[in-house]
Amino acid sequence: MSRKCLVVDDSKVIRKVARHILETLDFSVDEAVDGSDALTQCMAAPPDVILLDWNMPVMSGMEFLRALRAAHLAVRPKVVFCTTENGMGHIRAAIDAGADEYVMKPFDRETLETKLQLVGFA
Amino acid sequence: MTASANAIRVLAGLLQARTGQELAVSRIWRIETSLKPLLRERGFDTIDALAAAVVLDRESELAGAVVDALLNNETYFFRDHAVFRLLDGPALDMIRAAREPRRRLRIWSAGCSTGQEAYSLAIMLADEGERWADWTIDILGTDVSRDAIERARLGRFSQFEIQRGLPVRVMLRWFDQVGESWIAKRQLRRMIRFERHNVLDRPPQPAHFDLILCRNVLLYFPAEARAGAFDRLSTAIAPDGVLMLGAGETVLGQTGKFTSERTLRGLYRPTAHHPHQSHRAA
Repeated sequence: MSRKCLVVDDSKVIRKVARHILETLDFSVDEAVDGSDALTQCMAAPPDVILLDWNMPVMSGMEFLRALRAAHLAVRPKVVFCTTENGMGHIRAAIDAGADEYVMKPFDRETLETKLQLVGFA
Repeated sequence: MTASANAIRVLAGLLQARTGQELAVSRIWRIETSLKPLLRERGFDTIDALAAAVVLDRESELAGAVVDALLNNETYFFRDHAVFRLLDGPALDMIRAAREPRRRLRIWSAGCSTGQEAYSLAIMLADEGERWADWTIDILGTDVSRDAIERARLGRFSQFEIQRGLPVRVMLRWFDQVGESWIAKRQLRRMIRFERHNVLDRPPQPAHFDLILCRNVLLYFPAEARAGAFDRLSTAIAPDGVLMLGAGETVLGQTGKFTSERTLRGLYRPTAHHPHQSHRAA
């Protein structure tokens, strides 16, 4: 069964790396360049899981997450948010806002696979 | 920085003499990566120079530091989720039923490295606090590496270590962020004792463990030492205790001291005590 991941990140390089890893994990991948772009895509066709960057222009990860959860989509996508060593303080706020897991950047295939397993994608 | 064959022989010999562990051909490529921080810290330009210093004094503190650096301390929280699902369900249910009269549970995490396995066990039990409320629970974590045990005792994990295998809500519940680190809450730390110990040596006391986890440890020993380690484990375990090995590890062809638990795959029992429940290792 196909499963879809939306990678939300303003960095083209990060999106490319994430796409490569996710495709080896049998996900089909869509990309969004910021929270606003991601929200539009989620309205049209919600993915199974969202890999969400925290610091983005136009609409930040937190703003997107709050809007996504407030939208009460028919399908509730899992959200794994990406943080850096300097952004670990965001974790509790992100979980409270509706994130399901976090992953620290830079991540490798094994780390991301484990995080996806934790949110139910074996 | 390429190590000479002689230097590798010296360092592999030191590791085996101190721990019984073999530096298999497949691990030799790791020598340079493993020793790089130590070289920098002690001011050696090459691994050959380090090996020469070790030859001059094999009992030195430096030699101990080399051994610590060569040991594979790879570990993470809830490593192999299938194992913890088995433990958290039927395995612990079985042990609990057997220990109900005395309400005492002894667990040994043998070869625990920096403690993530022992802390995972403690979390698993503490998350069901009410169920175990009137039980005496003793978790022992041991490792041959002094460095690893000192770190395990602190219960302090880097941001990289804490994210490996630990669900975020569990992390927030059981660890406090202090600066760049995450520290296990006192309640967890009080459940675990950490001691330096080699699985080839006489078992830590008091023995009679109800559950022993010895995962991804014995694969580093040559066959004869591995058989010796199984002998030691068999004297440490309660007659009706349970042994768990790593994924891909088995007692088959290694020892007659343990037999597979027929109903729960991946678990082993001391041979003599459960001939009717288990089948003998080949």
